[in-house]
Amino acid sequence: MKKGWAQYVQLWQSLQATSSTLEKKECVAAYFAQAPAADKTWALALFCGRKPKKLCSSKELLQWCGEYTGLPQWLLEEAYQFTGDLAETIALLIPRKSPERPNQAFGSVTEQDWDLVDFLNQLLALSIATAEDKKAFLFSFWQSSSRTQAWVGHKIITGGFRIGVAQTLVQQALASLLQQSPADMALRLAGQWSPLTHSFDDLLSGSGAAQDQSKPYPFYLCHALDLSLAELGEPAQWQAEWKWDGMRGQWIKRMNQCHLWSRGEELVTENFPELAALVADLPDGLVLDGEIICYQNNQPLPFAHLQKRIGKKKPSKKLLQEYPVVFLAYDILEWQGQDLRAQPLHERREKLTALCHRFPLSQLKLSPSLAFAQWSHLETLHSQARAAQAEGLVLKHQDSVYGTGRKKGDWWKWKTAPLHIDAVLLYAQKGHGRRSNWYTDYTFAVWDGEKLVTFAKAYSGLTDAEIKEVDAFVKANAKEKFGPVRTVVPQLVFEIGFEGIAASNRHKSGVALRFPRILRWRKDKPLSEANTLADLHQLLKQYGA
Amino acid sequence: MPLLQLSPQGLYCAVGDFFIDPWGPVNKALITHAHSDHARGGSQHYMCQDLTKPILQLRLGKIAVDSLPYGKPVWHNGVKISFHPAGHVLGSAQIRLEYQGETWVVSGDYKTAADGLSTPFEPVACQHFITESTFGLPIYQWAPQAEVFSQMRNWALAQQSKDRIPVFEAYGLGKAQRILPAFAQAQIPIYLHPRIWHTHQAFLEAGVDLPTVLPLTAAHAKAFLPEAVVIAPPGSSLQAYLPKNKTVSTAMCSGWMTVNAQRKQQDKDAGFALSDHADWPGLLSAVKATGAENIYVTHGFQTIFTRYLNEQGWRAQELKTAFQGDAATEEESA
Repeated sequence: MKKGWAQYVQLWQSLQATSSTLEKKECVAAYFAQAPAADKTWALALFCGRKPKKLCSSKELLQWCGEYTGLPQWLLEEAYQFTGDLAETIALLIPRKSPERPNQAFGSVTEQDWDLVDFLNQLLALSIATAEDKKAFLFSFWQSSSRTQAWVGHKIITGGFRIGVAQTLVQQALASLLQQSPADMALRLAGQWSPLTHSFDDLLSGSGAAQDQSKPYPFYLCHALDLSLAELGEPAQWQAEWKWDGMRGQWIKRMNQCHLWSRGEELVTENFPELAALVADLPDGLVLDGEIICYQNNQPLPFAHLQKRIGKKKPSKKLLQEYPVVFLAYDILEWQGQDLRAQPLHERREKLTALCHRFPLSQLKLSPSLAFAQWSHLETLHSQARAAQAEGLVLKHQDSVYGTGRKKGDWWKWKTAPLHIDAVLLYAQKGHGRRSNWYTDYTFAVWDGEKLVTFAKAYSGLTDAEIKEVDAFVKANAKEKFGPVRTVVPQLVFEIGFEGIAASNRHKSGVALRFPRILRWRKDKPLSEANTLADLHQLLKQYGA
Repeated sequence: MPLLQLSPQGLYCAVGDFFIDPWGPVNKALITHAHSDHARGGSQHYMCQDLTKPILQLRLGKIAVDSLPYGKPVWHNGVKISFHPAGHVLGSAQIRLEYQGETWVVSGDYKTAADGLSTPFEPVACQHFITESTFGLPIYQWAPQAEVFSQMRNWALAQQSKDRIPVFEAYGLGKAQRILPAFAQAQIPIYLHPRIWHTHQAFLEAGVDLPTVLPLTAAHAKAFLPEAVVIAPPGSSLQAYLPKNKTVSTAMCSGWMTVNAQRKQQDKDAGFALSDHADWPGLLSAVKATGAENIYVTHGFQTIFTRYLNEQGWRAQELKTAFQGDAATEEESA
């Protein structure tokens, strides 16, 4: 009898049940200590966010659930709206097998004789099957599943599976289990590997990794600055750079091959052929950390430009001409095949600067280090960030090593204050998950003469107490119902913050915002004093792409 | 004119001149069960099932109250009144009314599965059936009690092995008595919080056979039995009663614990979906068993349940009472 699938579901359940990092680590270590060998690589892949392609859409799943249970679609939709999680809703809707209700179970109940790998292989095999075959699979899956098994299964099937555990935690759990360092684990789990080609032992012993020339180093991330500049100590110990608003990337040349990785550990070499072409000029055994960003006339361009390139594999000539990118180098991680990450930053910086001077290439730029003698100079620079098309500043300690993950202390990001505008709440919708009982998703509008024009949606920024207050307002002041959306009496004014603004013909307002969120509730502002569409277009003129 | 109507004070029988579970003071009140959203103080006369009487007196103080055993009819202004097991909590009843061939059943709160303690729900044939719908969504399908009890026990033991005191939050009337066997059968000692101690004593005095429990008192704190569990009403303070050096793990026992988001909202260490209300299949089977031509849905997911019943060929309508709030609002008996 195979128990691997049940064990995996049990792991998932245990991880949900605790908020203690220590207990989570113990759960993960305990799982890998006893899981079937073939399951371990798959479990690892799922931990690293490498999920199988989705088998069917949420809509199909709901439809088949309706056929299975005999319940009407509107009722399933109501149940989903209330529960806030589709995978869970359907798991709860499937009739329970119980001795008290023998008639409720559909057909005979069989125990699942699966390992995790069997379950995932079934999904792989079904990926090219007809809808009928997929439905038949789900029907038999439902007959033999416990609620939690069904829940986890649905999450994987619909492509929405997240185990909700930080990768660093998994690395630490594996490190303690295998008695190795977490940094080694991080390195081995990075890059290109698949449960189809790598075994658990190959992967973590490094023997498989040694052959993988494309493997990136885990990215070292900045922590948001949460202390005063004076607390950082001597200005001379710090290197300051602009925080560019592009896409963080790692450029690799090994064995005369180029590999370009995004921070999400996706290979994007084919998306940026102009950066791949650098392989002809730069030396072998080189790894650079930097920003992929659109650049023209010696100037970086706003993120909205890069957006046209992201996700476009093999871009057209026209796209390449209209939205040219460069690699703005921050750091050098490997030189002549040697890992430099343990060297202090100022030594790496010296090498990087020398490299960029020796190879003056139009697609490779050095992200400049900003000169400042006093912290007050840095404050001035910070206030100029937006004009320089940057999101803010990055501060790195001169002696810092290139670590893994996000650590506090030697790499800081100091973002600019967001752009903001005062807007009126116009529509509200209930949230999902934890927030499924409250109206937490809002659409905001600004004045256009006598009319209100919507321009942004925002989900976050209020405290729980404020959410409850807005929720009560929505319930008492709802005007119309469009499915789950409520129109409310225009009355509440909020300050909406955002990181960028671009022209857009997809929106009625003519603008699209980057990272909109609620900064605060302006209880002091009457409705009439909310901003206007003209104000918004003024911001577009000033800062827009 | 129908035998029962909705008045500003609640369900009113004009012929008999009495109310059922009124939400303000009236002359004569028939009470389905003693939960505070059904049994309000201030009325002149009360009538309820025998086992509800001591709890009503405990909760409402000095009141004029008559009680009846299940199934025994009385006549009031020509209306035949009888109380029938609702299976919700000890002493809970459905109230049946009959006048000139017209029959009504007010279910109050009920559950269809036996809980081993309260007299199990009995369907009562009628023409008009008023049903609750607290859990009137098909996602609610209760697991067998034995299964939930065993999960609760396992969780308690796991907490003790981590040197934590397991605390089960359960409503004082109903759930707090119902879950006792989960531990008593395994010889696990049980401490009862002072706020539910009196209800427990009242049932003992009324002759109900309940497992042995220990009172949770400040004096016990030093000699606290490490193998014991604590049962307390939701949100009660425990500090004064427990050893200072121990951590507490709290679990909520309620039907609302079915949905993950709501479990998380409670911010407890664990949640067990154990309810004294009927689940979706239970509601449907109860409606069917009455054979009623008219169904009135109240108290919960009434819009959804009513629409479903109508689609399935029943004649159902919503009965809007003062109790209706957001379905997810915690009610005493959930």
